[in-house]
Amino acid sequence: MEEKEVYERLNEVFRDVFDDDELEVNAETTADDIDDWDSLSHITLVSAVEDEFGIRFKMGEVSGMKNVGEMVDIIISRAQ
Amino acid sequence: MKELEYPFDAGYILKKKRSIKRALLSDGRPRTEKRIAVLAGSTANEIVDMLELFLLDIGIAPVFYLSEYNRWWQDAVFGEPELDSFAPDVVFIHTSLRNITAFPKIDEDKAAADALLDAEMEKFSAAWDGIKSRYKCPIIQNNFELPFFRIMGNRDAYDYRGRVNFVTRLNAAFAKRAEESDGFYINDINYLSACKGLDKWSDPACWHMYKYAMSIPEIPEFSYNLAAIIKSLFGKNKKALVLDLDNTLWGGVVGDDGVDGIEIGPETHMGQVYAEFQRYLKLVRDSGVMLTVCSKNDVENAMAGLNHPSGILRPDDFVMITANWENKDANVAATAAGLNIGEDALVFVDDNPAERAIVASQLPDVAVPNIGAPEEYIRVLDRSRFFEMTSFSGDDLKRNEMYRQNAARAAQQSKFADYGEYLDSLEMTAVIDDFLPVYLPRITQLTNKSNQFNLTTRRFTEDEMRAVYSDPGYIRLYGSLKDKFGDNGIVSVVIGKIDGDSVDIILWLMSCRVLKREMEYAMLDSLAERAKAAGAKELIGHYYPTRKNGMVKELYRDFGFEQVSCDEEGNTCWRLALDGYTPRTVHIKIERNE
Repeated sequence: MEEKEVYERLNEVFRDVFDDDELEVNAETTADDIDDWDSLSHITLVSAVEDEFGIRFKMGEVSGMKNVGEMVDIIISRAQ
Repeated sequence: MKELEYPFDAGYILKKKRSIKRALLSDGRPRTEKRIAVLAGSTANEIVDMLELFLLDIGIAPVFYLSEYNRWWQDAVFGEPELDSFAPDVVFIHTSLRNITAFPKIDEDKAAADALLDAEMEKFSAAWDGIKSRYKCPIIQNNFELPFFRIMGNRDAYDYRGRVNFVTRLNAAFAKRAEESDGFYINDINYLSACKGLDKWSDPACWHMYKYAMSIPEIPEFSYNLAAIIKSLFGKNKKALVLDLDNTLWGGVVGDDGVDGIEIGPETHMGQVYAEFQRYLKLVRDSGVMLTVCSKNDVENAMAGLNHPSGILRPDDFVMITANWENKDANVAATAAGLNIGEDALVFVDDNPAERAIVASQLPDVAVPNIGAPEEYIRVLDRSRFFEMTSFSGDDLKRNEMYRQNAARAAQQSKFADYGEYLDSLEMTAVIDDFLPVYLPRITQLTNKSNQFNLTTRRFTEDEMRAVYSDPGYIRLYGSLKDKFGDNGIVSVVIGKIDGDSVDIILWLMSCRVLKREMEYAMLDSLAERAKAAGAKELIGHYYPTRKNGMVKELYRDFGFEQVSCDEEGNTCWRLALDGYTPRTVHIKIERNE
C-alpha cells in the first residue's frame, strides 16, 4: 500500500471520528493538535483505524505510537 | 435510521457516532425522556454512546448517569447523592467476568466453592436490594460471559473447581433471581458473547489498556441488545409481522409454479429452510405477536400456498390476509388501520428489495429489515429484537384469538340496522373494580403500550404501579370486558388521585380493540360512583396531546365535562360536577370482581 493512499484513508477516518470535515493530518500530527483527541476518543480512533485497514494493532504498538506518522508506518508494515 | 437497523455495520456506527447523533437530534421526531443510570464495573463510555444512538432511534431521549470507575457496588449499596438527585427511571448494572471477586481454587473442596458462590450472590444481591429500596425502578443486570481460558480443559465445564462451571452456576443463580423478582431483568451477555464467539468478545488488550470488559467492535451489538430491553420496558415493542408469501414463506411463485411447484417442506433443501422459517414464525405467533400477510397474489393462489400440505403456518394463524395487486405501502398502511395499531408497531418482511424500498420510503415508521437470504431470515428477525418480552401476561397469548373475534364481531355488525341493537346483541359484561395484585403486570403493561386512547400517556413501571396500588389516596379502576364472542381481558385502566373535594384523573386509557363498545362510559360510571363514595364533589380530567392520541382530544367534552383551561401546547383541563350524576351505560352489564 502506498503511503499516500494510507494518509488519504486515514484522513477520512479522522474526519469521521472527530466529526470535522476540515481536518488534515500529517506525519507530525499528535493528540495535542486535535481538541477532541482525549483518551476516550483515542480508543474509538484506534478501533476505527483497525476497521478501516482490516488490521489489529498489538498492545505495545498502541501505547507506543508518538504521532500519526508512526501509526502509518505500522499500517504499511502490516499490510505487506 | 437505516444505519442503526440490524444487521448493522458496527465499525461504521462506532466511527460515525458523532455525526449519527447529530442527524438523530435534528430529525424533529418527538421523543420521551428517560433517565438511565449506568453502574459499571468496567469502562462504559462507548457503551453509553452506542446505547444513546439506539435509544434515540426508537423514540427515547436518554439522560445518563455514569458511575465513577468501579464505584458501581458502592453507589448501589450505600447510595450516592448525585445518583439520588438524578432519580433514575432504570438502573443498568454493567458487570462482567472481570467483576467476579473470587473463583474456586483447585485444592479446595466443594463446600468452599459453594461458599464462594453464595458470597458472590450476596455481593450482587446487596447491590440489587440497595437500588430497589432507594429508586424503586427496574434494574437491568448483565449475566456473565464464559472465561476465555480453561485450566482443566473440557473438565472445566463439569468440575466444581472449574471456572466455566462456576460462571455457569452463577448465571443460573442470576436467572433464578430474575425469575422470582419483578422489575429485574437480565441482559444476557452469555448468549451474546456466544453468538459473537468468546475469542472476538474477550479482548485482553481492551481490558488491560482501557478497562473495557469486551472488545470495542462488539459494543454496538451489546448496546443494541440492551436498548431492546429498555425499549420493551417503556412500551416501544413491535406488535405484528406483515409477511410477503412468494420467496418469503416458501420458495417459488405460487401463481406461476402452482401449489405443487413451490418449495416448502422436507423434499428439498430450500423447502426445509422455508419450513424452518414457518416453524419459527409459528412460535413467534404463539408468543403473542400478530401475523398478517401482504402479498401480490390472487387470493385463491395465496390461500392454496398457505394450505400446502407440507406448510406449517395455516390461514387461521394470521389475523389478516391481504392478497391483491395494490402497492405494498398502501396495503401495509391498511393493515395498521385494520388492526387499529400504529404503523410503528409493524415489521414488514419481504424478500424483494424493491418492495422493501417502497414501504420504507412511504411509511418511515414501519420497520423494514433487510432479511438477507432465506437461510438468514430467522437470525436477522430474531436478533433485530422487535419483540423483546420483558413482561409476559396471559393476554399476550390470547391476542391473536382476540383479533380474530373482532373480525367476527365486525361481520355480525352489518346485520343490524341500529348500532345500539348490535351492541345489545353482543351480550357484553364488564368487570370494573379496584386493582388486584395478580393484574398489576397487565395493568402496567397497558400503561406502557396504549398510545391512542390514552388521555395523559403517563407510563408506569411495575414498582410505581405497586406504590399506587398500596396508596389509599387513589381511586383505581381496571375494566375487563367479555361478550358472546369471547373475553377481551383487561382493556381499560383509570387512576384518580383524591385531592380534597376533587378527584384528579391522572390516567385514563383503553385498548382500541374495544372502541365504540360503550366501555368508556362504563368506566366513567364506576369512577363517578367511587369518587362520590370517597366524598368528592367533582372530577378533574386532563388531556395531553401526543402524536398519537388525537382520537380522545374531545373525550371529556363528549362526557359532559366543561373545559377549564387550555395552554399553548394544547394541554386541556376539564371539570365535571358529580352532583346529580346519572349513569350513562346502557348496553353493558357491569359487575365487580368476586
